[in-house]
Amino acid sequence: MDLLAKLEAIAQRHARMKALGGDAVGVVNEKMLSPTRALINGRETILAGTNNYMGITFDAECIAAGQKALAEYGTGTTGSRIANGSFALHKQLEAEFAAFLGRRHCIVFTTGYQANLGMMSGLAGPRDTIYLDADSHSSIYDGCTLSGAKLVRFRHNDAADLDKRLSRAEEDEGGKLVVLEGIYSMMGDRAPLADFIAVKKKHGFQLLVDEAHSFGVLGPHGRGLADEAGLEKEVDFVVGTFSKSVGAIGGFGAGDHPYFEYLRFAMRPYMFTASSSPASVATSIAAVRKLAAEPQRRKRLAENSARLFEGFRALGLELGCGEASPVVAVRCPDEPSTIAMWNALLRAGVYVNIALPPGTPNKLCLLRCSVSAAHSDADLDRIIELFGDVVAQGHGRKVANG
Amino acid sequence: MTDTVSQLCTLLEPFNTNGAALSAATDISTDLNIDSVTVMDFVMEVEDHFDIEIPLNVLSETRTVADLARVVEARTGKG
Repeated sequence: MDLLAKLEAIAQRHARMKALGGDAVGVVNEKMLSPTRALINGRETILAGTNNYMGITFDAECIAAGQKALAEYGTGTTGSRIANGSFALHKQLEAEFAAFLGRRHCIVFTTGYQANLGMMSGLAGPRDTIYLDADSHSSIYDGCTLSGAKLVRFRHNDAADLDKRLSRAEEDEGGKLVVLEGIYSMMGDRAPLADFIAVKKKHGFQLLVDEAHSFGVLGPHGRGLADEAGLEKEVDFVVGTFSKSVGAIGGFGAGDHPYFEYLRFAMRPYMFTASSSPASVATSIAAVRKLAAEPQRRKRLAENSARLFEGFRALGLELGCGEASPVVAVRCPDEPSTIAMWNALLRAGVYVNIALPPGTPNKLCLLRCSVSAAHSDADLDRIIELFGDVVAQGHGRKVANG
Repeated sequence: MTDTVSQLCTLLEPFNTNGAALSAATDISTDLNIDSVTVMDFVMEVEDHFDIEIPLNVLSETRTVADLARVVEARTGKG
């Protein structure tokens, strides 16, 4: 039996997608022109699917910091933090993020994916139970699997459902970890944190919030959903990524627990991988300083998110959630129509993400936009206009009905 | 068909968009052609119907309706 024979269904699905036009899961940015512009298929294209929330990737100071680190520390670290040692830059990055987050401890990872893999598997073990939101990101699911803990899934954003499942639990004397996300990556909705914290007070568990899409974005200090809700003291552990509002690559876990630092010796995705490259660490340090010093970026992002959200709502589009968010998902009728509309949008000059089952909740087909503080009003109005032409005018329905 | 199997088949019906014949031998994922997320959504309905906890960990060894019925009966005390 050929090991790869099982990929045939995927190959056929990909071929069906490509037969409808471009390759929606294989886009190449031939040249990056700015945080919000690239050349795709030789055409200048507005980028509305980059998660580049702060538009910080071409910031002159961040680039200069990266170039300096490249010259001073070299191209790579060639080893892991544990086996080969840290660079001073890694320790500085952790100290700066801990200070920004108002936490005693911060551990950085090479990618955001590894941050979740590391934190889930470091915090929970085979005797413990992890309760995870049904719509959790794959990195949370994979981290849960790696932990060996008992895994119980609760209905999305439903604190009463978590309460019920905790009440149902057999008493096994293990620890309990509940995992939420600040902003859910597909639909753009936020966890109702106060409701979950009421359940925490009733049952007593430890709470981790993944602020991947909300770090730098929400809250008076830009620390995420818990900052916005004024509930940071109730959150035991925070996870985040450097690949969105920080504009680099990497991830972090943070907390105040006195044993937190010992997680470094209990997280395989931290121990057995090369540490992040000097340039990426240095640009992350420069970026977090900017997030602290320039709250106007958050304000601009909130205004831009509201502009796109209201514009889409005025077109009568069905959206992922009922509140303005930097993630704006448009619900589409089915897979062929979604692919056709994605192609039409790209040809007209805007790149968004296509999101299809099983990567989406409830088998939804989505055209997912992410808003940037670097989008101009004209960019956003053009995106709205194109969604009006392509999506609201029934282009999708026509394709779906043949 | 045992009572548990018939209840599971009833719960499975909304996920059976292909109209496959449902029985103890039905492979939940491959016979119904449903993805891993949909299987987890179905199991959530099963948990609520029987008021039991079915950790995701057991799903890797649970392929058929009969497999799932054994998990349910072990946890409702009928097994």
